[in-house]
Amino acid sequence: MNFEKYEWVAIAIMVSLFIFVGFIQGWSVSLVILNMCIISAIMTMGVNISWGYAGVINFGVMGFLAMGGLAAVIVSYPPITESWKAGGTGIGVSFILLVILVTAVMYINKTVTDKKNRYIFNTIFIIFGILVIRHFYLDATESIEDVNPAIAGFLGGLGLPIIFSWIVGGFFAAGVAFIIGKVALGLRSDYLAIVTLGISEIVVSVLKHEEWLSRGVKNVIGLKRPVPYEINLQNTDWFINLITYLNSSKLNNIVDVSDRQQVLNNLIIDGSGIFVKLSYAVLFLIVMFIIFYFANKAQLSPWGRMMRAIRDNETAANAMGKDVVKQHLIIFVIGAAIVGVAGAMLVTLDGLFTPSGYRPLRFTFIIWIMVIVGGSGNNLGAIFGGFVIWFSWIEAAPLTTFIINQLTAGLEPTNALKLHLLDSVPYFRYLFMGLILLLILRYRPKGIIPEKIRHS
Amino acid sequence: MIDFLNSVIVLLNFIIIPGITYGSQLAIGALGVTFVYAILRFANFAHGEIMSFGAMITILFTWFFQSQNIGLGILPTALIALPIGIVATIILCIISDKFVFQYYRYQKSVPVVLAMVSIGVMFVINAIIRIIIGTETIKFSDGQKFIMKAKQFKVMTGLNEGLALKSSQVITILITIALLTFTFWFLQKTKTGKSMRAFSDNEDLALLSGINPDRVVFITWVIVGVLACVAGTLYGLDKSYKPIIYLNLVLPIFASAIVGGIGSPFGAVVGGYVIAFSEIMVTYAYKKFFVYILPSSLEPSGLVQLLSTDYKFAVSFSILVIVLLIRPSGIFKGRVL
Repeated sequence: MNFEKYEWVAIAIMVSLFIFVGFIQGWSVSLVILNMCIISAIMTMGVNISWGYAGVINFGVMGFLAMGGLAAVIVSYPPITESWKAGGTGIGVSFILLVILVTAVMYINKTVTDKKNRYIFNTIFIIFGILVIRHFYLDATESIEDVNPAIAGFLGGLGLPIIFSWIVGGFFAAGVAFIIGKVALGLRSDYLAIVTLGISEIVVSVLKHEEWLSRGVKNVIGLKRPVPYEINLQNTDWFINLITYLNSSKLNNIVDVSDRQQVLNNLIIDGSGIFVKLSYAVLFLIVMFIIFYFANKAQLSPWGRMMRAIRDNETAANAMGKDVVKQHLIIFVIGAAIVGVAGAMLVTLDGLFTPSGYRPLRFTFIIWIMVIVGGSGNNLGAIFGGFVIWFSWIEAAPLTTFIINQLTAGLEPTNALKLHLLDSVPYFRYLFMGLILLLILRYRPKGIIPEKIRHS
Repeated sequence: MIDFLNSVIVLLNFIIIPGITYGSQLAIGALGVTFVYAILRFANFAHGEIMSFGAMITILFTWFFQSQNIGLGILPTALIALPIGIVATIILCIISDKFVFQYYRYQKSVPVVLAMVSIGVMFVINAIIRIIIGTETIKFSDGQKFIMKAKQFKVMTGLNEGLALKSSQVITILITIALLTFTFWFLQKTKTGKSMRAFSDNEDLALLSGINPDRVVFITWVIVGVLACVAGTLYGLDKSYKPIIYLNLVLPIFASAIVGGIGSPFGAVVGGYVIAFSEIMVTYAYKKFFVYILPSSLEPSGLVQLLSTDYKFAVSFSILVIVLLIRPSGIFKGRVL
């Protein structure tokens, strides 16, 4: 890939930010921020693909992330056989009935041409179907939720390595996106925004309250990691040797044996934490580069050109024989799938799934700020936006504390205004985010790294 | 007969009165969104935060009046503070228009850009609110809490079921009636209102006939400020004020505006009640009602609840999706999306 000069500058800025934080606040902090930055960059690329390439708005980021998170639980959590015994059949039967109901409705839509009759048939079928399904479903879920509610109370998962969930998460999100797209993609862009926002809320509220599936607000904790645990590392020979080797000069200066052991132990504890975060970072970077590579390939391909044509002039593209509706659906699903991958990665990194933690402000609007700030239609811009915005989101608090302390230096430490301002430090990040978004939209509406105009 | 009365009271107490109250709050909110949509032509995501801001100023002045021992006796003090809140909200709207929205209006930006801009405004107002008042839940209704307690009603009528009437509910309903009457009178009868309708119908023709667009926009923001502040305060008075709630309230409000037919003020009001009633009716457990109305042999065993209350929020959106699928222009023909 050929980068322009200013793009190299952007990359250099991103790298130097982390080195700077590494020296000031420690490498552990720097790596924590880096990991979240990479995940944010992937989410941003997902949104950017649908919005930047084809102009399809996707405000359902939160819902797709949650679907990815659900995939992480379902793939990696060990299966709970008792729950399956208690309610597995009931869930299976209701699922089959649901499939039958959906097929029936689709069949009605295809065969019954009269609009009025169609509505009547559909309503009757849906109400009747739901009543039948409820009968099986409620019993089943109740008995599942009764199985050992303190630690289980849900179906569990497949017990596979969590890394597979990154792919499965993509498929989960894509499935939901397909349904949403079928329903809503015909709407004008700002309505599509509202509808996707609302449907993502529905997705999250389902995950919050269907305890048999996701354990709901009780959260799923202790998901297995794809990387080693700190405690195991600290007792592994090669790791101890590695740390000893890396710090040999420092350790050799210490004469006293017990002192040296003490220092080595501390180094190992620190090192294990950093090693774990570093392994996450490497895994995430691999995913990010793969997605970046293919996203760029796609953008340069004839397909990408067609997407731009659809974005810039839908009518003309339609006149050229391009199936706009279908392409919109495809790109919406692809974008959502990438967001789903990021969602699974997010849960992998945290090791826990908390449905109530999905809030639109944090998981939809911030991602959109990343897209707008970075530059819609440019993948490097998306990554840059993800990095810079997440970085400022995290570093806003220390920065605000610093600024407030400087501004109120003349006031007494017990001054009410000063105390109040210091108490509200966490809220200043919203102010920053809003101002950044407004300034970028006003003075650089194409984003920091704008889309390259190609005359090909 | 007594059973029948009892069942009616159950419905009145748990569905109709809460429905009308919540519906009124949604209706005023949706009316504000519709005004912005009809005149300024974008979906204002910041509306919830504007409501929250109005409520916050009202609360701050309520506290001030309480500390000065100024009150209205049995009515909540917030009613005196409300006009100040309204003025502050109008100022907020005008400022955000002057510094932010005006530029894009002159640029003739596409609606989706303006929607993005409104998200930026939402973040800024959100931050200001949190910095000033924090994120705690605040109860600020004082005065007499109930007009009629459930017990009083039981003693009075001798029925099994009580009917409670909170003063905040009555205040909400009365203020809504007054505000809606005024708004529709303004739109239908005054010259400014007519010019606003003309502007909304056909901007070019309105400009040709000499309507000053800046004035129309100014008046719109004034009305939006009034509606937003009143809706926010009434919601806070009824349910207690919580800054984060208002972001979630934006979605049912949008749903109301779209269901009723976006751009149509009357539709927005109807949409508000439709959304409110369906949220409550779908998630209410009808067991008590059926116990009264059915003979004892037919008494239901379960709760007779269509959806658990957890899904209250999802209901409004499902309705929105259904309406968009069946009748994209809303119940009362708004603009076709």
